[in-house]
Amino acid sequence: MSEAVAEKNYLNDPKGWKSWVFTLDHKRIGILYLASITAAFFLGGVFAVLIRLELLNPGQDLMGPDTYNQIFTLHGAVMIFLFIIPSIPAALGNFFLPLLIGAKDVAFPRLNLASYYIYVFGSMFAVYSIFTGAVDTGWTFYTPYSTETQTSVIPMTLGAFILGFSSIFTGLNFIVTIHKMRIPGMTWYKLPLFVWALYATAIIQVVATPVLGITLLLLIFERVFSVGIFNPDMGGDPVLFQHFFWFYSHPAVYIMILPGMGIISELIATFSHKKIFGYKAIAFSSLGIAFISFLVWGHHMFVSGQSELAAMIFSFLTFLVGIPSGIKVFNWITTLYKGQIHFDTPMLYALSFLFLFTIGGLTGIFLGALATDVHLHDTYFVVAHFHYVMMGGTVMAFLGGLHYWWPKMFGKMYNHFWSVIAMILVFVGFNVTFFSQFILGSQGMPRRYYNYLDQFQPLHAFSTIGSWILGAGFIIMAIYLIHSLFKGRKASDNPWGGLTFEWATGSPPPHHNFKVTPKMTHGPYDYDKVLVEQTDY
Amino acid sequence: MSESHTHPAHLAHHFSDVEQQRESAKFGMWVFLLTEVLLFGGLFMAYAIYRAWNPDMFYNAHKALNIYMGTANTFVLIASSVTMALSIRSMQLDKRKQTIGFLIATLALACIFLVIKYFEYSHKFHVGQLPGKYYSYTGIKGTNPHIFFGIYFGMTGLHGLHVLAGMSAIVWVLIKTVKKKFSAEYYTPVEMVGLYWHLVDLIWIFLFPLLYLIG
Ligand SMILES: [Cu+2]
Repeated sequence: MSEAVAEKNYLNDPKGWKSWVFTLDHKRIGILYLASITAAFFLGGVFAVLIRLELLNPGQDLMGPDTYNQIFTLHGAVMIFLFIIPSIPAALGNFFLPLLIGAKDVAFPRLNLASYYIYVFGSMFAVYSIFTGAVDTGWTFYTPYSTETQTSVIPMTLGAFILGFSSIFTGLNFIVTIHKMRIPGMTWYKLPLFVWALYATAIIQVVATPVLGITLLLLIFERVFSVGIFNPDMGGDPVLFQHFFWFYSHPAVYIMILPGMGIISELIATFSHKKIFGYKAIAFSSLGIAFISFLVWGHHMFVSGQSELAAMIFSFLTFLVGIPSGIKVFNWITTLYKGQIHFDTPMLYALSFLFLFTIGGLTGIFLGALATDVHLHDTYFVVAHFHYVMMGGTVMAFLGGLHYWWPKMFGKMYNHFWSVIAMILVFVGFNVTFFSQFILGSQGMPRRYYNYLDQFQPLHAFSTIGSWILGAGFIIMAIYLIHSLFKGRKASDNPWGGLTFEWATGSPPPHHNFKVTPKMTHGPYDYDKVLVEQTDY
Repeated sequence: MSESHTHPAHLAHHFSDVEQQRESAKFGMWVFLLTEVLLFGGLFMAYAIYRAWNPDMFYNAHKALNIYMGTANTFVLIASSVTMALSIRSMQLDKRKQTIGFLIATLALACIFLVIKYFEYSHKFHVGQLPGKYYSYTGIKGTNPHIFFGIYFGMTGLHGLHVLAGMSAIVWVLIKTVKKKFSAEYYTPVEMVGLYWHLVDLIWIFLFPLLYLIG
């Protein structure tokens, strides 16, 4: 091979905008997703900053109650349906799953591209609803309010319905890819743990999302034809909607967190330069979480008039989620023990994940306990809890993965100093914003109100300042990441000393992923057998 | 890639051999069928709950459905599944003309199904046996009969859309068969469409007794 050929990679070969718009390359589709979810994250982030700004002082200063209802609904809907569900699987997963298993692509490249355009199409419905009166139901679309409100519910639910198909197609593609596309010799127990996590995620995507689809369809029927299924005046039951909705949306929480846990397994092993502790336990706990996730939806209805027996069973089953989650945290910490830990930026995110996710998970146990939940239900405690899991967990893992794989994706290193500054700002800002909300919630501050009693002001103001720190962190991150694309130092093929296959190819990888098909010479975490050096400092 | 000696045109670049490609397609299709079952699962759930709450009304309301048309449609769809299976068998034996014939027969049977369904629907529209607030019929005793028709139209309507989707898929493989894209070596798309069509048939087999044969 000549020098000129060797420099070609998936970013510059083939050329032209058409080669991007119609690309079937999983890496390019991953990049398209990455750009889109980043845009969604900033949109949702702007809504978040607006919410916190309104809550800086009691009373109305920035927006009235109706606008506030719309803004928090949009924040939730955009962050969940447009950002966090596709974030890790569709962006990072798409890019790295085939690389991690030594494949040239996912099993169905055209379906992969279709899933991206379905995502874009569904997002357009969501954006359209913003311009036609937005939605003020909360992202949960609870009946009967969602069937009565004058806001633009149908475009938003239709958008979520369409986005569901995108998610199903990604999940389906990943399941088949993991089953059929592994290189010879890569047995299930030699899969990188991120792949196990994507597999468990894909199962939930495929099994739960159709139920969301039919739920949203029924809601649209209800609005258009007043079918009456969710309307108590017509012999229907609004709580049935909640059952349907949470049958998807609780497992969806694990669509969000499981891939994050997969990234953490990779980061902890690579940056400890040590064989991961309890490989099988971590792998099976992913499947265990996926399985249990389908049995706990009733914990969202402890105060919705569900029977006491059902509530007790759901409460008990909810506690079970703590077991596989605890197994993971235990194994990660044990991997750190006596490892050669390198505190690079991705590792800092992994460590903050450990800290924040543990708080998020533990407070989930509080909320799963019946008596405690009656006190804390629909308060800021719940808001703080799920932000610790979703943002403290998934977003931290996503950022860790992004910083870990950035040199591989773009072939450039970002500025180390600024990346640490941004990480510290995000970590501190996050805790300032949301830890205060645990206290607010336990004192009785209800969620989803634009106004509050004067006594809550200090903590609310504290939380709002946190949102500014967070914002500053993300702006710095955007600047140094974009800067790195143009001015960044060239990254080596294996900057962190990883043992998984993506580090065995070029940075960025060539069009067909590998110049030579990789061979299974060692397991993904065999740091005890193979000597690799971290080359980038 | 150019070096490889056996590289049939229908083998995509990212698969190492035809077997892997075929296995992947099949497995993917089965996973997709699972999602379809779950999509209908929500409606079956709603059916079970409202039937448990209004057992008498469900019994009375089901009498408003035309059991002869329902039975006829059941036989039509089963027959279409047979012709679909035969079209795949013919392709395996490399008999392209037979395949085309069986695919057209399948399409024709699907059309008959939809025509019968059209007559059923238009009768219900006519007498006001409709969902929710559009329900204006008065001859059914029991609580909330409009719910039964909401579920009836929801289930059969969604199933009808699947029949249409299946027909489009059959037209697509029919065109490809006519264009000689398939042979005894490669007929995976026909097989996949067949699997989908059997699922559409199977869902009806569950809908029919649940809606038409109560009590
Ligand atoms: Cu939940």
